[in-house]
Amino acid sequence: MPRPRRILGVVARQMFLYRRSVSRLLDLFYWPTMDLLLWGFLTLYLERGALHLPRFVSFFLGALILWHILYRSQLAVSVSFLEDIWSRNLLNVLVAPITLTEYLLGLVVISLIKVGLAFGIMTTLSVLFYGFNLLKLGAVLFPLVVNLLALGWAIGFVTIGFIFRFGQEAEILAWALIFVFLPLSAVFYPVEVLPAWLKPFSLLTPSAHVFEGMREVITRGTLPWKHLLFAGLLNLVYLGLGLTFLKRQYQYARRMGLIPKIGE
Amino acid sequence: MEEVLRVRDLVKEFEGKRVLSGISFILRRGEFLGIIGPNGAGKTTLLNCLLGLVTPSQGEIRFFGLDLTTHRTEILARLNFASNYVGLPLSLTVMENLLVYGLLYGVRNIKPRAERLLRLLGLWEMRQEKTRHLSSGQMMRLCLAKALINDPEILLLDEPTAGLDPEMAERVRRLIKEYQKERGLAIIFTSHNLYEMEDLSDRVILLHEGRILAEGPPEVLCRRFGAEDLEEVFFRALAEAEDA
Repeated sequence: MPRPRRILGVVARQMFLYRRSVSRLLDLFYWPTMDLLLWGFLTLYLERGALHLPRFVSFFLGALILWHILYRSQLAVSVSFLEDIWSRNLLNVLVAPITLTEYLLGLVVISLIKVGLAFGIMTTLSVLFYGFNLLKLGAVLFPLVVNLLALGWAIGFVTIGFIFRFGQEAEILAWALIFVFLPLSAVFYPVEVLPAWLKPFSLLTPSAHVFEGMREVITRGTLPWKHLLFAGLLNLVYLGLGLTFLKRQYQYARRMGLIPKIGE
Repeated sequence: MEEVLRVRDLVKEFEGKRVLSGISFILRRGEFLGIIGPNGAGKTTLLNCLLGLVTPSQGEIRFFGLDLTTHRTEILARLNFASNYVGLPLSLTVMENLLVYGLLYGVRNIKPRAERLLRLLGLWEMRQEKTRHLSSGQMMRLCLAKALINDPEILLLDEPTAGLDPEMAERVRRLIKEYQKERGLAIIFTSHNLYEMEDLSDRVILLHEGRILAEGPPEVLCRRFGAEDLEEVFFRALAEAEDA
C-alpha cells in the first residue's frame, strides 16, 4: 500500500525546487504562452482571412491546448526524474525506504500540478485573446484530459526505463519520444487524412481517439463514447506496458550495477 | 552484542566477471566496521549490494534477521547512507533538503529533528542557505545530517572524508564517532585513509579482488601480520595474496 508521506517527499522536493527557480517557473509558462499566441493568431488569420475556415479556431486551439496536456504530462514525469540525476541525488532517493510505485506516484502528482498550471494559463489566454473557452466542452473534457494524462505518464515511464538502461545519454528521449506520437495522434487534422497504411497505427494510439473525440464534440455536440472507450482501453494497455518496461529496466539496471553509474 | 547484519556467501558477477566472491561477515549493534582495499577491490559494489542498489548473483544479506530481497523498504527505513560522491539538490536550502528526506524516510516531527541535527553538526546558521553555497566540508556534514534524519540503527558511509582538508576530516570523524557512541549505532565505513580506519574501526575487513583477504580488529591484524599499523598490514596482506 503506497504511503502518502513518502509520496509527499517526492512532491515536496520538486515544489521546493520550483519555488526557488525563476528559470524553471518561466519554462513552465513560457512555451504554453508562446505556442498559444503564435498559433492562435495564425488560426485567426486562417479563419477570418483568405480561407474562411469555419470553427478553425475551436479545432486548432482546442487541439493545441490538449496537445500541451499530453506533452507536459510526460515531460513533467521524465524531467522530475532527471532533476534527481542532474543534482547527483538519485542514489539518495533510491536508497530511501520508498518503493518504485511511491516514487512514480510522486512524479504523477507533480505532473498534475505542472499540467494544471499550463492548462490554466493556456485556457485563460485563449479566452482573453480569441474568445475561445475550452471549458465550454463541458464534462466530456474530463475523460479527454484524463486519457491524455495517462498516455503522457506511460510515455514518461518508458523514458525513465530507457534512462535506467542506457544512463543519462537517453535523457534526450524526455523531449523527443512524445513527437513520435504527434503525427499519429492526428492532433490538428482528422485521422481520415492519413494514408491508408498509417491509419491502423493511428487508431492504436489513445491520443488519436482523444483528438477525434474532441472534434466530434465541437462539430456535432455529441459525446464521443466510442472514441473515449477506445482511448481508455488503449491507455490501460499503454500504462501496463510502460510500467512493465520501466520495472524490467530497473531490475536489469540493479542486476548489472548500472544505477550507481547513472549521471557519471 | 546483538547481530544487526549477516552477509553470507555473497557473490556478484557482471557479465561473467566476478567482482565479489564468497563474502561473509556479520555486524553487531554499536560496532564500527571498516572496509578497506585497493581500487577495484569491490568495496563500493559491496556497499551497493547492502543498499539494495545492486542485486547479488548469489548469497544472502539479512538485516535485523530480515532478507534484503523481500523486506527492502522495511530494512531501508532503519538504515541510512552518506557518500562524498552522492549529492543533495543544490537549489534547495539546507533545511528543505532535510525536510524532504524526513518525509521520504517517514520521520514524524521532522522539523525539530532536523533542527537538532543542524545544531549538532554545526549547520544551524546555514539552514536557510541554498545548498550550492556550502563548502565541501559543510556539504559532507549536511549529507551526514540527512543520513541521521531517521535515527538509523545502521549507517553506511562511503569515503565520507575523501576530499576534505585534514581539519574538516577530523571534525567529521569526531562527529561520527561521538554520535555512534551516544546512539549505539552500527557503522560500515569505507575509506582509503588507513589511519582513520585504525582510529575509528572496531573491526576491519580487507578486500582484494572481490575476496576477504583479512578480517579482525586493527590490533589483531597488526599482530597477525607482524605490522606496526594498518597501512603495513594492508601492504603485507596484498603482497601475500600476490605471492599466493
